[in-house]
Amino acid sequence: MSPTTWGWLVLLFPLLGTVIIGLGFRNYPRAAGVIGTAAIGLAFVCSVGALLSLLGRDPNNREVVSSLWNYDFSAGVDAKLQILIDPISIFMMLVVSGVSTLIHLYSTAYMRSDRGYARYFAYLNYFVLSMLILVMAGNFVILIVGWAGVGAASYLLISFWYRRTTATGAGIKAFVINVLGDVGLVLGTFFIFRHTHTMTFLGTFKAAPHVFSSDTPDLVAGCLLFLVGAFAKSAQVPLHTWLPDAMEGPTPVSSLIHAATMVTAGVYLIVRLHPLFQLAPTAEDTGVIIGCVTLLIAGSIALVVTDLKRVIAYSTMSQIGYMIMGASAGAYSAALYHLMTHAFFKALLFMAAGSIIGAMAGNQSLDRMHGFRKAMPFTFACFVIGGLALSGVPPFSGWLSKDDVIAYVNNRGGLFEVVGVLGYVGAGLTGLYTFRMIFRAFFGEPSPEAVELEHGHLAHADVPRNPMTGEEEDTETGFPGPEHAIAEREPAMKIAMTLLAILAVIGGVLQVPGIDHVLTNFLSTAFTNTPAASPADEPSTRAAWIGLVIGAVIGLGGITIAYGIYVRRPGTSSKLQAAFPWLHNFLVHKWYFDELFDVAIVRPTLAIGRFTQAVLERIVISGGVTGGISGIVRSGSAAVRRGQTGFLRFYAAAMILGLSIVVLYFLISST
Amino acid sequence: MSAVLFFIAAISAVIGAVGVVTLRNPLYAVLALVCHLVALAALFLLLRAEFVAAAQVVVYAGAVMVLYVFVVAYVGGGDEIAAGSSLRILGPLFAVALAVELFIAMLGSALQGIKGDGAKFHLGFGTPAHIGRLFLTTYLFPFEVASLLLLVAAVGAIVLARRRRGLEDDDRDFQQVRAAARPAYTGTLAEAVGVRRVLEQLEQAHGGVTELMGGVPQDREMTPTIVGTSDTKKSGSDESGEEQS
Amino acid sequence: MAIGWYLAVSVLIFCIGAGGVLVRRNPLVILLCLELMLNAGNLALVAFARMHGGEAGQIFALIVMVVAACEVTVGLGLLVAISRRNLPIDVDELHELNG
Repeated sequence: MSPTTWGWLVLLFPLLGTVIIGLGFRNYPRAAGVIGTAAIGLAFVCSVGALLSLLGRDPNNREVVSSLWNYDFSAGVDAKLQILIDPISIFMMLVVSGVSTLIHLYSTAYMRSDRGYARYFAYLNYFVLSMLILVMAGNFVILIVGWAGVGAASYLLISFWYRRTTATGAGIKAFVINVLGDVGLVLGTFFIFRHTHTMTFLGTFKAAPHVFSSDTPDLVAGCLLFLVGAFAKSAQVPLHTWLPDAMEGPTPVSSLIHAATMVTAGVYLIVRLHPLFQLAPTAEDTGVIIGCVTLLIAGSIALVVTDLKRVIAYSTMSQIGYMIMGASAGAYSAALYHLMTHAFFKALLFMAAGSIIGAMAGNQSLDRMHGFRKAMPFTFACFVIGGLALSGVPPFSGWLSKDDVIAYVNNRGGLFEVVGVLGYVGAGLTGLYTFRMIFRAFFGEPSPEAVELEHGHLAHADVPRNPMTGEEEDTETGFPGPEHAIAEREPAMKIAMTLLAILAVIGGVLQVPGIDHVLTNFLSTAFTNTPAASPADEPSTRAAWIGLVIGAVIGLGGITIAYGIYVRRPGTSSKLQAAFPWLHNFLVHKWYFDELFDVAIVRPTLAIGRFTQAVLERIVISGGVTGGISGIVRSGSAAVRRGQTGFLRFYAAAMILGLSIVVLYFLISST
Repeated sequence: MSAVLFFIAAISAVIGAVGVVTLRNPLYAVLALVCHLVALAALFLLLRAEFVAAAQVVVYAGAVMVLYVFVVAYVGGGDEIAAGSSLRILGPLFAVALAVELFIAMLGSALQGIKGDGAKFHLGFGTPAHIGRLFLTTYLFPFEVASLLLLVAAVGAIVLARRRRGLEDDDRDFQQVRAAARPAYTGTLAEAVGVRRVLEQLEQAHGGVTELMGGVPQDREMTPTIVGTSDTKKSGSDESGEEQS
Repeated sequence: MAIGWYLAVSVLIFCIGAGGVLVRRNPLVILLCLELMLNAGNLALVAFARMHGGEAGQIFALIVMVVAACEVTVGLGLLVAISRRNLPIDVDELHELNG
């Protein structure tokens, strides 16, 4: 079967899953989990099929396009329902569907007692469908459709526990910032379309070097707008404030959407549109700088945050900074490599976080959880594996991929060397905050819940509470269910986490410098067909290995410092906080971005809205325009009504008067 | 000679008209109109419209005016002329304005269009034979429609003057029929709902006053209640309410 | 007599009738004034018939008479109905059809 047939099948299964679960949820609530997981599993199988089919083709012929429908051909806009199967999209399809299957499996156990179980799987399938549409899109139109779909799914899933006001607020925040990105994406498309006159990717890439020369203003504007979209979706500064709040959603949602797939859509966008970006170095430089800034800011905030999931969220933001940095600098296969490994270990970390939060009966605060090492050995192992991969410790996959990116950036020389150095600083921070989290949660005196668990009894909260604000809740629809699941007791969770752990360990084997270049070779065909300059030169094997060693040392150094602060001398962190109170405050307030947006954007907008309502709406429109018109009509009709007196003679007089006027008119006109 | 006759007839017509408008007693006004009609018949004769003149006297002055006399005798009523209304002055003013305009029209251009003495006179012009032939040939349709109109008017007059006072003597049978026991699911909706009960409740609520349209008068001197002027009739309807059910 | 004279008489009677309609308050008398106006129209019709030499005007006048008769019938029937309900026979008092 041709790759595109496999591609359409990949889209078909999640669509069927969504529709069946969505429409039939009243009939078979429990089956929703099975159906959802099976749908995504089948999608993964079909992605593998597409991969094999594509590999069976000649390397020069590995970009296959298939259109099902031609929507409109007016005004020269060729909008087709089109998918493009090439190595980039196959890669993304495999990562997305593979990790999604495991997360679906995990969710069947994790969300078992939630009353909205079927709704959850319908939303999750819808999300995977949208993400697959996004990565398989063959033209800008379908890309935008997928982009909007994942934004909508993200909103639905973040505010899944819709009776929690914090969750709904977070959902709205995420959606609004995402819409800003959507606007950037659509406007960018228009800027490009104006010159290339085609919507399809292959057509645009072919036309680009002829229509744009380097750094044409329209092209730069378009690429910068694409970057706005990418930053909003991938939570880069300054459009990053939604990601920490998005942790209000259920943990599997965080692991799927906000770690492995949706937030990587920005990276995918840059990689997919690389011919355009290569022609606009200004936009590339912007991407690199923003990526670098983000990874440092996020890393610094993660050092002080006390909510477990938010630490992992900031770490996601930071790692995606690496990916954006790499993709903007031209290290496309390195960025995608890091995307893949990050998906593995971040999803694993989130799953493990879900497990320990379950043990804490829903509480997420690092202040309250310690000493779970003996009570939850499996979860501890998963955390450690994920943490080591994240910090870039050999031989885990994260080490190879992260340092691949930094090596590329360093190799480009010039200003990029500075960025590369900052990347190493960020790697150190990564090791520090990751193991801060692990040491705090698993070492030290066991907390009461851990003690209970050691005795074989899973802790239960008397009154379910909102983990952020402490408000009381109940366990009906719209709030989390009454029971909590931990990995040690749920086989489904264990299987998913084990698979991810294995992948996190051995996933790096795909691209060891000097030994094999599976990914680069596979992906290179997608990059050589572009007529523009080739992607950044690969660093030599020697430089790559030097970079790897440096990265390993820095990562291990960060872990050691964390060990020193949190395990060996437990009071150090509070002493540090007391020594630098202003710095601590600054970081706890997340560099005051939320406050800045509140003052600069939210308040003026609300004020404008209030003014518009009070003055424009109430006085001018309701009072003046509609009130005026209806007032005129009313007074007119009142005036006319006064003629209906009911007096016969009055009517007769009016008639006689009218008659005399008519006669007068005829008299005058006849003279 | 015809000029003299014309002036006599014209002046009496005008005097009759003025009399209709100014005489207070409506019966005198009717008589003035009769005089006016006869003068007009004379004018018709001068215009060679014999049949029309005859019809005028027989039908108009004869039948219609007699009808008027009957009704005046029944209804009666005299009045002051337009007391306390601005139309007292405006009315004649409008009429004078209209008259002036029409006279200007006539005396201005119209008179050129009016051939002085009329067309050549055909024998039999205006005789019943001519008129009759025309009615049955050229103007058949208006003739038939006119008869239809008369029928409609007659029916309308009867409907208008019908009694509407509610149940009277001969209606007491109907009342009894209504009060008799009925098998289930027969009868009017009002009975099913229980209109009579409503009447009793209304009585109790308003202390014996019912404001039903038309009321249910019994064999008394009382005049029926009418919505809108019921305040002057309440004393009467008190009795009406009590004597019900 | 020139036809113009007859028309002048007709105009005069019409305007007197119009003034009467506006001035009187007894509906009966108003109907009488209405008759005046109708008759004035009849006179004009017959005068024109004489002028043109055709009898159409006379036919028209006869039909007008029929219409006048019908109108009187219905009008008087209304009056009788009003007086039956003991309403005042005064057009200034009968003004409920207003708004």
